[in-house]
Amino acid sequence: MEMESEEIKVTVRFFAAPREAIGEAEITTEIPAGTTVGELIDHLTEEYPVLRAYTRFISVAVNRAYVGMQTELQDGDEVACLPPVGGG
Amino acid sequence: MRSRVCRRSGEGRLRGQPVKLFEVTADRLSVEQVAGRLADPAIGAVATFVGVVRNETDGREVRYLEYEAYPDMAEETLRQIGDEVRSRWRTIREVTIVHRVGRLEVGEIAVVIALSAAHRPEMFDALHYAIDRLKEIVPIWKKEVWTDGMEWRSEGGG
Repeated sequence: MEMESEEIKVTVRFFAAPREAIGEAEITTEIPAGTTVGELIDHLTEEYPVLRAYTRFISVAVNRAYVGMQTELQDGDEVACLPPVGGG
Repeated sequence: MRSRVCRRSGEGRLRGQPVKLFEVTADRLSVEQVAGRLADPAIGAVATFVGVVRNETDGREVRYLEYEAYPDMAEETLRQIGDEVRSRWRTIREVTIVHRVGRLEVGEIAVVIALSAAHRPEMFDALHYAIDRLKEIVPIWKKEVWTDGMEWRSEGGG
């Protein structure tokens, strides 16, 4: 199998405080196939150290549905890093 | 006959025009306009919750609020709340929830939730459930801008 060498592309969206800290609302990143949501967050935290202050509180949605950190990402996924919500 | 509301798409019709029942908008909200989306001759009651921008938080004077949403997911989770309400309380006929985003001044309406039913029992429980769920799962954030600073606030933090 050559799965290890395969790369997938995902879009990552940021909102509210982490968006302001990073200075980006949306990025695209290439990651190895089979990468989980948790691994992506670790990878993003290395790229954007300011994220570290928020990762403990972040929920993640993939394609607009809440998912767990073990979820494996697919090519073309839209990943959203959601700090604690506060509507109303 | 059931109402003219098409539940699957979350759209209704008002005087022949399609209306969104679950919406995130930058436009100023009107309670009557939102409640009007439930127009249906079979209903006997409409209950509304109106969330308004307050002038202080924890003793600090609020100048204005800045609301931000993940719009597509916010509308989908609002629709999910509508589905949850109607499956828990069978007497609730229809639900509409509209949340505003952008800069809101003190006294302006941030959210309107309206429920319709043939009769009034359970409407207030259902309304209470809907606003609690909104604060729990809908991806909308608010930044409070005070006279002496600003902060993104979540439900957990007040």
